[in-house]
Amino acid sequence: MFEHKRRAGALTALAVGVALLATGCAVDSGSEGGSDGGSGDSANLAITFLPKNLGNPYFDTSSTGAKEAIDEFGGTFAEVGPAEATPDAQVSYINTLTQQGVGAIAVSANDPEAICDALNEARDANVKVVTFDSDTNADCRDVFINQADAEGIAKVQVDLVADQIGGAGEIAILSASANATNQNAWIEMMEEYLASDYPDITLVETVYGDDDDQTSFDKTAALLQTHPELKGIISPTTVGISAAARYLSTSDYKGKVALTGLGTPNQMREYVEDGTVTAFALWNPADLGYLAAYASKALIEGDITGAEGDSFEAGKLGDYEVGADGVVLLGDPFEFNADNIGDFDF
Amino acid sequence: MTAPAIERSAATKRLRSVGAAREFGILLALVLVVLAATIANPNFLFSADGWRDLLLTPAILVLVAIGQAIVIITRNVDLSVGSILGLSAYLTGRLFVDLQGIPIIVVFVIAVGFGALLGLVNGALVAFAKVPAMVITLGTLYAYRGINVLWTGSDRINASDLPKSFLALGTGQILYIPILTIIALVVLIAAAWFMKNTRGGREFYAIGSDPAAAELYGLRVTRRLLIAFALSGALSGLAGVLYAARYGTISSQAGAGWELDAVGAAVIGGVAITGGVGSVWGAAIGAVLLLTINRALPILGIPDFWQRAVVGALIIGAIVLDRVLAVRAKRRLIEAREEDR
Repeated sequence: MFEHKRRAGALTALAVGVALLATGCAVDSGSEGGSDGGSGDSANLAITFLPKNLGNPYFDTSSTGAKEAIDEFGGTFAEVGPAEATPDAQVSYINTLTQQGVGAIAVSANDPEAICDALNEARDANVKVVTFDSDTNADCRDVFINQADAEGIAKVQVDLVADQIGGAGEIAILSASANATNQNAWIEMMEEYLASDYPDITLVETVYGDDDDQTSFDKTAALLQTHPELKGIISPTTVGISAAARYLSTSDYKGKVALTGLGTPNQMREYVEDGTVTAFALWNPADLGYLAAYASKALIEGDITGAEGDSFEAGKLGDYEVGADGVVLLGDPFEFNADNIGDFDF
Repeated sequence: MTAPAIERSAATKRLRSVGAAREFGILLALVLVVLAATIANPNFLFSADGWRDLLLTPAILVLVAIGQAIVIITRNVDLSVGSILGLSAYLTGRLFVDLQGIPIIVVFVIAVGFGALLGLVNGALVAFAKVPAMVITLGTLYAYRGINVLWTGSDRINASDLPKSFLALGTGQILYIPILTIIALVVLIAAAWFMKNTRGGREFYAIGSDPAAAELYGLRVTRRLLIAFALSGALSGLAGVLYAARYGTISSQAGAGWELDAVGAAVIGGVAITGGVGSVWGAAIGAVLLLTINRALPILGIPDFWQRAVVGALIIGAIVLDRVLAVRAKRRLIEAREEDR
């Protein structure tokens, strides 16, 4: 019964999606002349943010940063987006923005492929396209604002744990699943960085919690029991770090074994406040939105074109350079601790 | 029952002892696992954390396994328990977030009632549509999880959203026994008593042994099935509340895959997948064994990659051993019957 309903729902959604696509294209092809009007002046600083979905605290934070930046340079900020983060949900919004002739669209792509055609039509109409947080294919946008690179993510976590355990002792890693591509790449870099910069720290074991609360719990317990000398745990996955923190917070090891890794402030607030966790890392979505806004401005004003080596200025964040494939790197991940966690809600 | 009291023959007595032996075997395996882990690392049993984890970790699965055992005993299966658990856990979180200051006991009642309702949907589909429970509950496994994903989206309930007193329930202890374990034990004793001593409980066995005969005999099969699935749903709902209390983090994937653990626990504990045989005690011990093995293997130094394979081998081993014992017992039973003649 439910299955039927769901299938019917999916069919309806598909039909609506197709209809939207069809009408979107039809209207578009007829209005090529009109869309030039908006960008006739030297700088049309109307920048619209199109997150994956609305009502998502992560993107609420990035939009706050974007609005701050746009207010600084006197542009017009707007935000539109679908309620659901489905692959083709953003297409109709992009088409509408193209017709409105905005200066730039900053989009976090739900799908690298599905919105490509719509974005390229927008670019043909002289709308600049910036992707942030989640990229499309490189030929569908002008620049991509990358929140963090693997090296920076690996380095910040090792630095944090080294700082918390005093630069020497045994540590372990609680990862996601054994075949998680991102985590494995980070762990490999962490091992290299540990070997080169922290010879006194020994990585005794890497265990896999499968991004499952129960498994992560049990693996944390086993780590603590098997390695009585353990001084720190790194968990480069949001599920793992919160499960490990929950376990630690009610165990004898609270405050004795350091825990750090990648987590979100809402998830970790409880454990930072009760002293289980001193500091953890993740990028700051507000900075991400801020930088995306300044990149949009630079594109609109013609300071950059998205070519490698272009550079632009981004307010309080300083100067940035466009790297290979039009990627701009936000910088090192942001460190959350007891002093600043109250400022974030995502 | 109107049938004349049957004199307890030697055969019946042996049948009883066989049932007890199945549970005893599993209990023995559990003791061996704990012993081995403790020898390898005394902290497994003799540290405050180790003792607590030993009792606390299986508590939630025990509840789900009890419900599963009742359903399997009626010759059905409930694959939707993990999804019901997940939905109830998220409901629990939402209640605390949306209705600030709601009493904890009210949350328990709502979540258990909600679980029972979802279970009742399963029961109704199985009992009235006469479709095998495996197919129906496979459908609701996905349907309930789909509703959960739709409702939760990328959102998540965090520990800081839940009241401290509720979270304390998840790890608190009374006289060195975790509260969750006490809840599970109370439910277990009640369920075991119900299954052993009440007419309703015995009718579950009767239906599972031979559904057609049960129907012909005039048992209210439809009603019993509804109750069995509602019980399983209610226990999953209760498990959902406890899940929220223990883990403090609830995403749309909470409880995913638990159905297999629950069925595995019941089967390891001697509940025959063909119905009519087994006890909730067995299922509960099976649940404890399953999770304790999971926790013991890393401590015994078995590499991560091998642990799953070892768990699988142990499950197969337990079932083969069980089967061997059952076949041998059956042979003895037949011999005893011959002697009686």
